[in-house]
Amino acid sequence: MTAWTVAAEIARKDLRVELRSGEVLWITIPFGVVALFLVPLALPLDNPLLARVGSPMYWVVLLLFGMTIALRGSAVPTEPQRDALRLLGVDPAARFAGRVAATSMLLWAFQIVLAPATFVLYQTPLPPSWGLLIPVGLGVGLGLAVVGTIAADVTRGLRSRTALAPLLVAPLSAPLLVAAAQASESLANGDSILLPALIIAFTVLGLAVVGVLTAGPLEESAQ
Amino acid sequence: MTHPVDLVDISVRVGRTEILRGLDLKVASGESVGIEGANGAGKTTLLRLLATLIRPASGAGSVLGARLGSDDVGAARAHIGLLAHEPAVYPELTLHENLGFYARLAGRPAGRVDELLDGIGLGRAAHRRAGDASQGMLRRVDLARLLLLEPTLVLLDEPHAGLDTDAEKLIAALIADVRARNGCAVVVSHDAARLRDVTGRRLRLDLGTLV
Repeated sequence: MTAWTVAAEIARKDLRVELRSGEVLWITIPFGVVALFLVPLALPLDNPLLARVGSPMYWVVLLLFGMTIALRGSAVPTEPQRDALRLLGVDPAARFAGRVAATSMLLWAFQIVLAPATFVLYQTPLPPSWGLLIPVGLGVGLGLAVVGTIAADVTRGLRSRTALAPLLVAPLSAPLLVAAAQASESLANGDSILLPALIIAFTVLGLAVVGVLTAGPLEESAQ
Repeated sequence: MTHPVDLVDISVRVGRTEILRGLDLKVASGESVGIEGANGAGKTTLLRLLATLIRPASGAGSVLGARLGSDDVGAARAHIGLLAHEPAVYPELTLHENLGFYARLAGRPAGRVDELLDGIGLGRAAHRRAGDASQGMLRRVDLARLLLLEPTLVLLDEPHAGLDTDAEKLIAALIADVRARNGCAVVVSHDAARLRDVTGRRLRLDLGTLV
């Protein structure tokens, strides 16, 4: 099997596990949408501020709940599962890629639900070239998945994992959040999004290289 | 003559604790060795060391020609089958899907999964989710995973736990199969009587030392 087919097999298994456990589909995604309700509840419906905070709120909710998706329990294999794959000679980098692919798809699905909810709840006007937000969303989803998978591997087996992993994810994904919010703002003002798009692309690329290079050593460091 | 398992004065530490110390062990091709020991004797650590999953703190050793602690253990791993204490199954997947996943990654034909499930008496329960299966059924699936991979070195950790008499025969069959292929098996258990049934030579592990 090539590294790509191994990654596809791992991603398929992870998605099947997630669809059956429903951890993301039935718990995290609905709670993410509920979180979007909070600000409109606190402000009068005709407040112009509501439309302005819609887009930043979307990215903040995506980051916070995306972290939960990226660090979900079923994404972290148990020791016997990991040992079985190590003994099969599965390339750690391919496994990393497969896990990232599955998590990215879940994060993109989350965004598909979150985006219309934001426009309805916040009455945020669609910018003329809103289609440019699609690659931005795809990039942020991929970046969050990469960061979450790295954090899950780094904190694996630690007693403080549940506290430590989000502490790693939050600062590493900050450039994604800032660039995404900037891209939305630029689009709303009719400006170019080249700079924030480049920040997202380079952040994702850099994190992916780190993830692939450290997958093997992190796996072998497990005792 | 080179042995598939050859450990000389091996010690293993987990954190600050020395789990195995001064261990010498040779296992020849076609041999099955039973290692008895109480809880905390280091049996599971020994098997993980032999599976090349952990590195020794000191000493020298090789497993299937790969030097323990080196980075060239990858090729040997593909010929090692480990039955851990906990099954390596995904609770959300069916028994068939679990075996199919490992079969595809190992490059084995899909038809072999059905054959094996029938062979271990789980053909009719193939589409039951692993999370809904009994401990004994999961143990059988784990055994089927080893049969699927046809390893040269089989490492079994308390293999009889949770198994009925019929399933216990599967363990004897697995060991006989690997020996017939000129491979070898190391079985650890706290139960000396059961070890006698399936292994040729028996040793005792006492607080990290073979006696």
